Amino acid sequence: MAELRLMKGNEALAEAAIRTGVDGYFGYPITPQSEVIEYLMAEKPFERTGMIVLQAESEVASINMLYGGGGTGKKVMTSSSSPGISLMQEGLSYMAGAEIPCVVANIVRGGPGLGDIQPAQSDYFQAVKGGGHGDYHLPVLAPASVQEMSDFVPVAFDLAFKYRTPVLIISDGLIGQMMEKVELFEQMPRLTDEEINERYPWATNGKPAGEERRILTSLYLDPHKLEKNNFKLQEKYRNIEADEVNYELIDCDDAEYIIVAYGSSSRISQKTIKLARAEGIKVGLLRPITLWPFPKNPIDDLVKKGVKGFLSVEMSAGQMVEDVRLTVRERTKVEHFGRYGGVIHSPEEVLEALKTKIVGG
Amino acid sequence: MTEEIIIAGFGGQGVLSMGKILAYSGIMQDQEVSWFPAYGPEMRGGTANVTVIISDERISSPTLTAYDTAIILNQQSMDKFENSVKPGGVLIYDPNGISKHPTRQDIKIYKIEGAKVATEMGNTKIFNMVVLGGYLSVKPIVKLENVIRGLKKSLHERYHKLIPLNEDAITMGMKNVVEVN
Repeated sequence: MAELRLMKGNEALAEAAIRTGVDGYFGYPITPQSEVIEYLMAEKPFERTGMIVLQAESEVASINMLYGGGGTGKKVMTSSSSPGISLMQEGLSYMAGAEIPCVVANIVRGGPGLGDIQPAQSDYFQAVKGGGHGDYHLPVLAPASVQEMSDFVPVAFDLAFKYRTPVLIISDGLIGQMMEKVELFEQMPRLTDEEINERYPWATNGKPAGEERRILTSLYLDPHKLEKNNFKLQEKYRNIEADEVNYELIDCDDAEYIIVAYGSSSRISQKTIKLARAEGIKVGLLRPITLWPFPKNPIDDLVKKGVKGFLSVEMSAGQMVEDVRLTVRERTKVEHFGRYGGVIHSPEEVLEALKTKIVGG
Repeated sequence: MTEEIIIAGFGGQGVLSMGKILAYSGIMQDQEVSWFPAYGPEMRGGTANVTVIISDERISSPTLTAYDTAIILNQQSMDKFENSVKPGGVLIYDPNGISKHPTRQDIKIYKIEGAKVATEMGNTKIFNMVVLGGYLSVKPIVKLENVIRGLKKSLHERYHKLIPLNEDAITMGMKNVVEVN
């Protein structure tokens, strides 16, 4: 039987990293995600699996350690919270350009700037529109429970190596700090150097005899070569958009109205749906699990089915609502509701917004 | 069955760990649980509260504005949460340090002299277990044997020798809870 534990989201993420067979975690403490590195240091995975855990001197250093580790085909990971993730954007852009896999978790807090240490979802734009400079996207996974904080770590690494890209897990202080029941998956082995060489012919582990030098770079001074690299990246992004969209539909079969919400907002909205249905308002939930690629087709299907309105519920001033609008294209009503700066909306507030902005509006 | 609980008091009173033990007890009897803390940055001495939900179904929102039960351990928390108890719900409080007693007529109110009982038992640290006992007497949503199993899970092995003391504290709490209205 699988092992059941009561864990914080941050702890589940850390334990999942060990069990995924991650080779190295390079982090720097910041609230509300410090439990990740605290858990790893207490758990000593260097004794369990040989996984390295290192507190870097800064977030900039840790993302560049991922560049080095990921470049050799190792499974490497870091986590931080909003201001720290901003510092990592340069490194993420370089890794997207050089096609180096890694996993980064952002336990989002209120912003902008230093902000506060309470839960928020205001890093959506940064997460799904690239974040750093240049034409790139990162696949973005949004867990909505402590269980998913664990389950999405191996999923993120599969995506990272399948597409040779950094992958972002975006959560917030609510999912990170809350405890729930977790079913832990079995320990997966770390890859040996031989296995890495077999699987990843791009990994820079020294020049094998008779082969060309392996180079990982995002620097192409000839614009035509850089454009070629961009064509390759764009083709990859189209493939990810075609194959990797993930979402959950709850109570949508008979729904006249749809709440679109991810992560902790989706949990709060599920309570709203219960309250609304008790009053006879037929509302369902579309929960994007991948924020990029965004689940456009299921929204399109709901529009075609005659849904009368969408409410995008986010702990931000209205970011994901833009992607909902891009998909709905004025065929029906789309509104946003959210509290921000670290304030968590209540299920009742969401219900009130649904009534005033969508049902009666 | 879904029970939505807020436990609120000062940091250092064992509010969060009481919630954790309750949540673990729920897991021990195959229920869904969530535990969401809120505390000031100052921790000890500041206000601390935790929302615990135990349910037979998948839990939706881990944060709430209305509760089936409020367990209240200081005046600030009484001011903040008395009105958040659902009509017909339960409020349990330790009168020690409470200057304005609860007045609502549409809920059931219970008193538990947690601090006093713990002091009489010679260990103020078991205060939260006395209060937990009081709660379980009013709302036996988890079985005592599952609470003990939950305690074993949530305490480090080096503290397992303290489990009998904690069990006594829960039992004393069960005996000492008093209905007010």
